[in-house]
Amino acid sequence: MTTELICSGFGGQGALTIGKFLAKAGMAEDLNVSWLPSYGPEMRGGTANVSAIISEKPIASPIVSYPDILVALNQPSIDKFAPNIKKGGLLVANKDMCPHGTERDDITIIEAPMNTIAKEIGSMIVLNMVAIGIVIGKTGLVKYETLEKDLTEFLEKKNPELLKANLKAIKKGMEIVSK
Amino acid sequence: MEVIAKRPESLTDLQFTYCPGCTHGISHRLIAEAMDELEMRNMMMGVAPVGCSVFAYKFFDCDMAEAAHGRAPALATGMKRARPDMHVFTYQGDGDLAAIGTAEIIHAANRGEHITVFFVNNAIYGMTGGQMAPTTLPGMKTTTSPYGRDEKDIGYPIKVCELLDSLDSPYFIERVSLLSPQDILKAKKVVKKALRYNKEERGFTFVEFVSTCPTNWGMDAKDAINWAKENMLPNFTVKNFRDKAKEEGGE
Amino acid sequence: MSEKVLMKGNEAVAEAALRAGCRLYFAYPITPQSELIEYMAKMMSKVDGTFVQAESEVAAINMVYGASGCGKRVMTSSSSPGISLKMEGISYIAGANLPAVIVNVQRGGPGLGDIQPAQGDYFQATKGGGHGDYKTIVVAPSTVQEFADMADLAFELADKYRNPVMILSDGLLGQMMEPVEFKKPKTDEEMKKLDEQHFDWCIHPNEDEPNHHHHEINSLEIDPNVLEQHVTKLGEKYDKIEKNEKRHEEYNISDDNEVVLVAFGTAARIAKSAIDELKAEGTSVGLIRPITVWPYPYEAISKALHEKVKKVVVCELNLGQMIEDVKLAVNGTLPVEFLGKVGGILFTPEEVKAKILEK
Repeated sequence: MTTELICSGFGGQGALTIGKFLAKAGMAEDLNVSWLPSYGPEMRGGTANVSAIISEKPIASPIVSYPDILVALNQPSIDKFAPNIKKGGLLVANKDMCPHGTERDDITIIEAPMNTIAKEIGSMIVLNMVAIGIVIGKTGLVKYETLEKDLTEFLEKKNPELLKANLKAIKKGMEIVSK
Repeated sequence: MEVIAKRPESLTDLQFTYCPGCTHGISHRLIAEAMDELEMRNMMMGVAPVGCSVFAYKFFDCDMAEAAHGRAPALATGMKRARPDMHVFTYQGDGDLAAIGTAEIIHAANRGEHITVFFVNNAIYGMTGGQMAPTTLPGMKTTTSPYGRDEKDIGYPIKVCELLDSLDSPYFIERVSLLSPQDILKAKKVVKKALRYNKEERGFTFVEFVSTCPTNWGMDAKDAINWAKENMLPNFTVKNFRDKAKEEGGE
Repeated sequence: MSEKVLMKGNEAVAEAALRAGCRLYFAYPITPQSELIEYMAKMMSKVDGTFVQAESEVAAINMVYGASGCGKRVMTSSSSPGISLKMEGISYIAGANLPAVIVNVQRGGPGLGDIQPAQGDYFQATKGGGHGDYKTIVVAPSTVQEFADMADLAFELADKYRNPVMILSDGLLGQMMEPVEFKKPKTDEEMKKLDEQHFDWCIHPNEDEPNHHHHEINSLEIDPNVLEQHVTKLGEKYDKIEKNEKRHEEYNISDDNEVVLVAFGTAARIAKSAIDELKAEGTSVGLIRPITVWPYPYEAISKALHEKVKKVVVCELNLGQMIEDVKLAVNGTLPVEFLGKVGGILFTPEEVKAKILEK
């Protein structure tokens, strides 16, 4: 199995971090992973994005042109990448910042008000974790426990409050798709 | 028999390759004498330039590196950082330092590298055959300014001490003359001071020698000295520009 | 530490260089290698090393020249336009018989080009690049792991032959993160050994040896007869490197191969997935991936050619540079076809497949 993702949004929304945490979790589960960010002027214009691949096979080209999953944190990301989602693929969109959505009707679309959810949890910076929760809740791409372990190692001492908020956000995202 | 004059230990016994009347021999000797007197030779590394003094790496009897044109301060930076216990000097001409190596000298000075730069200014490219240098005087004829340096077209001579004096970092900057025995004695003191500061790890030190080039100026040695006194010195003021030891309230 | 970490190629090669004993690094910022200089800026002081952001690429490589003359493991890095500027210094370093490691995170050219991955510097890297008769040892990674491993290899080769070594990567390998495992950092004892390995020729403190301190770090020999001897000796060194240091990877090379692919670095990654897909469809294709692109593994290519092989395909992210070396290896015995992409665009496995199947 090979899953190819693009995660995209405004700079500061944490789109690149979504790819990074999913790839790290994949690595921890002994899968092959790659993470390739857009860089340079491509970062401007609201679509700071990353190609991430999680695969049982060694990864050849790390560039994702036709993603299985698109995580779009804002409307420009949908405009730019939704047309390329593989047929039958998945779009995870931040409803708060994607007012127009997409016209695609051959893919699964999950929309969630990630800004609102993050605000309720108490920190805007966990909005990307809501997206991660939706992705793993829907696809089982990596296990929640793996993410929890990694985040705990990363944040337990540095910022326990943020750790709690992050884990809460992931769970919230998972709840959205379990309904 | 009493020895009253001898070659400094910091010079090898090779014969200089400089033209008769050239002042490179004098500046070499001043540096070598100061190295001997300060007992720096065994911990000294020098960097030779491209230009007439390209063979300086053979003449100074210490560890020596030969740099690409203008890059001596960059080499010196790498050497000093790699061997912080040792001391470094560069020896550079006006084409090397003030044209192709402008970036290197300014930034080495601005980083306050703990090196000494000896700058020989004779207002001309010597080794390549008398072409215009960044320090060539207005109206001065060279093989690439055959009608005289036109400052309207190519600008005025660059005054390196003044330029470096605009930076906060350098520790010591002084221009000296090699145009008379009295000047040479004064220059020796300045050279020694710069190298002493170097030994004491005080910071970036810079000495400019106002020099001659009889061959490419088309004069004999005596005329070259006189011409330099009349023309070089008014453009290149001999003075101390910076001595942080003084600013720090004596030594 | 044999734990896997997820890291960018630019950072991984920097960390690996530190572990290999690199304690001096001089460079100038340029995309897409900026993470490398930033990593060094952050980490060098933690190992009591020297980091200097130089005023230019030219100054940086000449700082390397100076530090290398003092016998230390020293590195610089840049991307294509910056590497062009370094060519002056690389020629001097080669001429002065000095070890040094240079990382090129290639981007699209010529001129400013763009900042996306490319392989347009192959000629510059492998055929000289700077002036004069000299050779740079050039190694080309194709994964982040290999990129990191090559830091160690590059320093070993540089020290062994007193020669500049270039790691020829690209923007993709520099920017992407993949899992990587690092070797242990050098112990104090190993560092001491490294420090003294060049004492027979390098500049070093010599208070105890007052009569043995005129080391000359130099590429100038004004007497043609002496220069002739010097360059002839360099030539003999290059012969030795060609004899001993060729490295390549064989992927799916077998007696059944109908086509043999040749690709290096990032291009080889893509070629591999095309080969896998074709294998599943019943077409046998082998890949020779040069790991050293100088010295070039000509014999590995000619050895892979047999009766069943109908053609050789070369895939590069340029207009066709390494293909000239492949043609030398094939020596007219088979058609050599080319698939290239320029401008920082990568070809897809599908395009490689199509090229292979083309009649």
